[in-house]
Order: sequence, then structure tokens, then C-alpha cells
Amino acid sequence: MNQTPQTGLEAPKMTARDIEVFYGQKQAINGVSIDIDMENVTAFIGPSGCGKSTFLRTLNRMNDTIPSARVKGTIMLDGEDIYSSAMDVVQLRARVGMVFQKPNPFPKSIYDNIAYGPRIHGLATDKPELDQIVEKSLQRAGLWNEVKDRLTESGTALSGGQQQRLCIARAIAVDPEVILMDEPCSALDPIATAKIEELIHELRGKYAIVIVTHNMQQAARVSQRTAFFHLGNMVEYGETSEMFTNPQEEKTRDYITGRYG
Amino acid sequence: MMTQNTTKHTVKAFDSDIVRLRGLVAEIGGRAELAVSDAMTALLRNDRAQASAIIIKDKEIDNLERQIDRLVIQTMALRAPMADDLRILVSTLKIANTIERIGDYAKNIAKRVPLLDDLQAIKAADGLEPMSKAAIQLVNDALNAYARRDADLALQVCNRDKLVDDYYSAVFRNLIDQMIANPDQLNSGVHLMFIAKNIERIGDHATNIAEMVYFAITGQEIIDRDRGSDPLDMAD
Repeated sequence: MNQTPQTGLEAPKMTARDIEVFYGQKQAINGVSIDIDMENVTAFIGPSGCGKSTFLRTLNRMNDTIPSARVKGTIMLDGEDIYSSAMDVVQLRARVGMVFQKPNPFPKSIYDNIAYGPRIHGLATDKPELDQIVEKSLQRAGLWNEVKDRLTESGTALSGGQQQRLCIARAIAVDPEVILMDEPCSALDPIATAKIEELIHELRGKYAIVIVTHNMQQAARVSQRTAFFHLGNMVEYGETSEMFTNPQEEKTRDYITGRYG
Repeated sequence: MMTQNTTKHTVKAFDSDIVRLRGLVAEIGGRAELAVSDAMTALLRNDRAQASAIIIKDKEIDNLERQIDRLVIQTMALRAPMADDLRILVSTLKIANTIERIGDYAKNIAKRVPLLDDLQAIKAADGLEPMSKAAIQLVNDALNAYARRDADLALQVCNRDKLVDDYYSAVFRNLIDQMIANPDQLNSGVHLMFIAKNIERIGDHATNIAEMVYFAITGQEIIDRDRGSDPLDMAD
């Protein structure tokens, strides 16, 4: 199995080294090393159960919420160890935001969905400033024009695609450095999916973006670098264009050409 | 370097599309190869009936190319191929186009048959026949490399094109000498010159096919290979 660290990006935002994850006795990730940078959208692909989501969740310590989960190895965010005892996890999750498979807006108004994070993190001193953050976040998420006249309506009243963009706007509102997306389009129709993909393009460079996707065409469309996971290992990590035309590992090829299993 | 994948896709219809494409390429390739050898036979025997049959049958080659185009485009649209699947589909598209052009060269040779009744002059064009045999063998091997997914054979074809080029240089000089010596054979000499050029191009196309086969199988391009002599090379 290929266990070479897939590292060496010029300006990594996050670096993971020798990450192992255990759920109780079961090892889910077997020593993964990877660099994530701001310039590229990074996609994690692989069959169900390969560990791609588990690994993604180590990047903002979401696995902490699972009592049996244990993480070994080091993950640095701008040279800071995110698993050190000095790290404030709430602060970390503001810096490394997350968007989930199923849109999960708060049962609050559209405005409050966005304003919640900046309020608890004390990012705005007064109402006009908060208004500004809400508008800017919704604009960045490509949702402003659709919701600007109905900010007091419930976030859950929006369509699925709009809800997902609302969740992205909510992540953006606390001014994160990294955005993790765990299959953000799997519950959306093709048009809503295309809007999210376009949004990912626009956000590239402003945030380091990591996306887990089951849809290989989506990985090919939105990412510049792709990592292929299989049975808890990262089999191959490289330029997306190269991975999809000329993968170096047989396992990668079998998976992306639809011959897996 | 990975060899080409032969295990089946989870979606079986994808495999049957590829099998069908391979069959169509075998058919168009076989037809083009036959057209070239028939054109040479027609030329050497001044058989006008055979020559006009080749011209008529070229339409079938054109039709096959269109069928392959359609099926490749359809497969790409429906299956979104990746990695070696993508490479094989793109090369199949280009190979079919190249084979169609080989058919055109055969047709061009056949069209010259009625204009060339000077069998003496043809016989005097020493090297034309072995040159055509070498070119046909290259086409045959390139097509076999495709059918058998044989990267080594593809590489061999590329390196053997030199032989056809060397024949061409010899035939070229030979024909010039003939035309100087016998100005009354000028007309046939010029036609034979074009025929020699056509055969030389067929050899080039065989190597183009082989290069695409090699790329489809390995994902690598052939960069350095032997080139034959060129009569236009002043250093020669």
C-alpha cells in the first residue's frame, strides 16, 4: 500500500502528517499525510467507507463529537497544531468551517442564520456592521439577490439548493480560512448543483476548500487536486487533470473508470 | 507504466459500446488496408475495373468513419469516460479519421490507374512495389496493435516507418533519373511520383495510428523515434 506522504505543496494552509483514526478498536484511517493549500480546491474521492469523510472531519476536529473516535498524528493550521490542548475548538471550527451533505439551516430567519456566528464570535460591534456581514456573506454565496427582500423569513422555507448556499454563507460569515464540504450537492438537483459548483469556483483562492464527493465528474469539474481514498488509505493524490486522464495507481484507475468491486 | 485495463465495467453497456467500437475499427482498418493493396495490384496490372471498384468502395470507408464518430460521441456523452476509457475513446476517434485518410490515398492511387497505361514505366519505378508492401505491413501491424492492445508492437511500427521513408527517397531519385533519361515518360513519371508520395503518407499515417495506440494503452507519448531519409533533405 502506498503510504508515502503526499506533501510538498509550496504554501500549505493545512498539513496533515501520519493521521490515523480509530473508532473504538477499528482503524478507519491508516496513516494519511497531505498538504492543503489556498490556491487549489482539493477533492477527496473514493468508495463508501473508504475514510474520506472521516479524514475530512479530522481537519476541524468534528470527530471529537464521537466518543469512541481517536485521532493520532499531527494536523497543522498555519503551523499551529489543531489537536494541541491550547487550541480552542470553537475558534478552530470558525476558522475551518464545514458544510454538510444535507442542508441544515437553523430554524431561524435567513438573517439570523447568517448573523448567529458573527454574534457569538463577537465579529460585529453594532447592527449596521452585522447587516453588512450578512449582506456580504449572502452575496459571496450567490444568494443575496434571491433573498434580500425576505431576510426575516425562515431559512428552512428556502429550496434545497438555496438552503445549501445559505449554509455556505453561514460558514463564510465567521470569516473562515478553510471550508470543508462533505458531499454538499448530493441532496441537490443538477441546476442547484451547478450553482454550488460555480460558487466553489468563485470562492477558490479566498478560502482553502476541501470537498468530499461521490460524484467523480464533480471532483473533475470543481477541483484542481484530487486525493483517492480506499480502505482507509490515501492511494493517490495529485493534479485532478492528471488523475482523471492518466492515474498512476491501478486502484485509482479501476475506481474512476467504474470497474471497482 | 500500467497496461490497459481489460476487466469489465460495472455498467455492462459501456463494455458493449467499446466492443462494438473495436469491431468497427477492425472493419474500417481492414477495408482501408485492402484498398491500398488492391490499388497497387490494379496499378501494376493496369486493371481499370478494379481501380474503379476501389473508388466506389471508398464510400463504405467514409460511412464507417461516420458511424465510429457517432458512437464515440454518444459513448462520451452517456458514460463520461475517465482514464484509459477516455484515452481509448479519443484515440479511436482519431484513428478512424486517420484510417479514412489512408482510404483516400488508396482512392487517389486508383484514380491514376486509367491515366497510367505505360506498364514499362511502372515496372521501371523500382522500389514502388516493395515500398507499398512495407507500408501495408505497417498499417496491418498498427491495426493489430490496436486490436490486441499491444504497446510494444505499436512502438515497433513507429520505429519501422523509417524503412518506408528510405524506400521513398530511393524511388524519388529513381523516378527523376527515369524522367531525365526518357522525357516521353514524363507524364507517367509525375503520376508515379504522386503515387510514391501517397504510399509514403500511408506509412506516416500507420505510425500516427501506432502513436495513438501507444498513448491509449500507456498514457505516455512516444517522443523520440527514428526518422527515415527525406528526399527534400539537402544534406542527403
